[in-house]
Amino acid sequence: MAKHFLVVAEQSEGVLRKVSFEMLGEARRLAGSEGKVEAALLGSGVEPLAEQLAWHGADKVYVADNAALQLYSAEAYTTVLADLVKKIQPDVVFIGATTNGKDLAPRLATRLGVGLASDCTGFSVDGDGRLLITRPIYAGRAIETIKLKSTPQMATLRPNVFPPLEPDTSRKAEVEKIAVNLGPIRAKVVGFLKKEGEEIELTEADIIVSGGRGLGGPEGFEVLRELAKVLKAAVGASRAAVDAGWIDHSHQVGQTGKTVNPKLYIACGISGAAQHLAGMRTSKVIVAINKDPEAPIFKVADYGIVGDLYKIVPLLTKELQEVLRG
Amino acid sequence: MNIVVCVKQVPDTEIRIPVQNGRIVEEEIKQYVVNPYDEFAIEEALRIKERLGEGKVTLITVGPERAREALLTGLAMGADEAIHINDPALEGSDAFTTARVLAAAIKKMPYDLILCGKQAVDQDNAQIGIALAELLDLPHVSVVTKLEIAEDKKSAKAEREVEGGKEVIETTLPAVITAQKGLNEPRYPSFKGIRMARQKPYTVWTLADLGLKPEEVAPQTEVVVINPPPERKAGRIIQGDPETAVKELVRLLREEAKVI
Repeated sequence: MAKHFLVVAEQSEGVLRKVSFEMLGEARRLAGSEGKVEAALLGSGVEPLAEQLAWHGADKVYVADNAALQLYSAEAYTTVLADLVKKIQPDVVFIGATTNGKDLAPRLATRLGVGLASDCTGFSVDGDGRLLITRPIYAGRAIETIKLKSTPQMATLRPNVFPPLEPDTSRKAEVEKIAVNLGPIRAKVVGFLKKEGEEIELTEADIIVSGGRGLGGPEGFEVLRELAKVLKAAVGASRAAVDAGWIDHSHQVGQTGKTVNPKLYIACGISGAAQHLAGMRTSKVIVAINKDPEAPIFKVADYGIVGDLYKIVPLLTKELQEVLRG
Repeated sequence: MNIVVCVKQVPDTEIRIPVQNGRIVEEEIKQYVVNPYDEFAIEEALRIKERLGEGKVTLITVGPERAREALLTGLAMGADEAIHINDPALEGSDAFTTARVLAAAIKKMPYDLILCGKQAVDQDNAQIGIALAELLDLPHVSVVTKLEIAEDKKSAKAEREVEGGKEVIETTLPAVITAQKGLNEPRYPSFKGIRMARQKPYTVWTLADLGLKPEEVAPQTEVVVINPPPERKAGRIIQGDPETAVKELVRLLREEAKVI
């Protein structure tokens, strides 16, 4: 069956991640009108966030509010969620395929003794009432459809893929506080090294401006950052640019980097190697700017400009500045 | 210090994946490599051993006969010993199966640290290392880009790549660490290493050797169909001098694609 969904919401510093709403939207769609969509919210002082989950489709929110849950911990979150799942016995558990969601889900699935579908991009309900799950494999070089034999059916959902519901602020959800009984925590967060000036996360970005070998050096990323600023975009990079040491690996898009799914992907000086395309080919619109008209990137781009990116990108920045201001 | 490294052999990351009639035609895949993230794990194990001046690095894999090549590569890099779990009953296994088989095998050996790649680039599950930690009742730290073992070897400090920065985690040992790109730069096997690899201890185990029955570790996923990715059609090249082309691009993005 796929009628009772538990969506594990994700928040960071008191702000819900977009994927939480995306999961609720997908759960609502699959559960239908008579189905039940519930959410779990873990953290410290997070109860006020429950209403936003209601607006986006949750019928009920289980809140585990405890100082020990302020920072994500795989061991602590697994214990709390395993207790909750055993108590409410949902048919399906959804977790975001974010860094922490991917860290949590395998541990929780193993504690519950069930299988797990990772980084899923599509769901439907099969004739027997169980989920048909679509997920890319081989970095998107093939797409598999699978079914899980165990219950609850557990899946992590790729961010930026599923549309959230329009928030309805008149929607209310029952809030139930749940007990927090933590076992020993052996792996503890002792610090955080914040990356300055990089607020937009690649995997959640609507627009990405990305650079490759054609930039010729690290200074090229300064030109791209100007454009990114105007578009409120995240900055991505090809493996060639990362391996050359021009930008940190956390910006890498493609195999051995991140898989992204923005509305608009602007590839500057990126030739379009298979391993890069693997990470961005599901972008809704791709723009390629490259001086080599034979570059494979033009084979997947919706719009291309052949030319010197050092001329074109600043012109584009200027044009967008004017157009978007007006 | 006993370090166990989990390794998987995967199809070369540059080749096309042959998909036909709803499945992958494995016979057509000719080139295999060590999963790139596992190379970071092997390298880190070797560096820890070199830094400490003592220890043993044991590689372990679950896979068919051809997976021997991956273990030999790791041995040539400098690992001391390899364990190959090969059983026809494991064909069609999923992450659920593999994690349980690895856990049963690792329970038979001494370990202070278990290193895995953060994911294998074939199934892209990113589950094994973390599931293994839970099965062995160990803490884990995933997507690690820096690892320091404490002097008393009882704990470790790791940095992991998360949204917006790097998280610093302290964990007791033994623990499972999953390697992210950036952790190190894997070495190439030397000629001497390649020569020595075949002389190193190499053990093959079946499920029976691990005291496991196939039904105890039966996969929990059923593959319904595998398809090639949807084709993306080439769009258009915008002509004209840079100023004209840029103006036209912005117009198209706003009026046709409606993305800005």
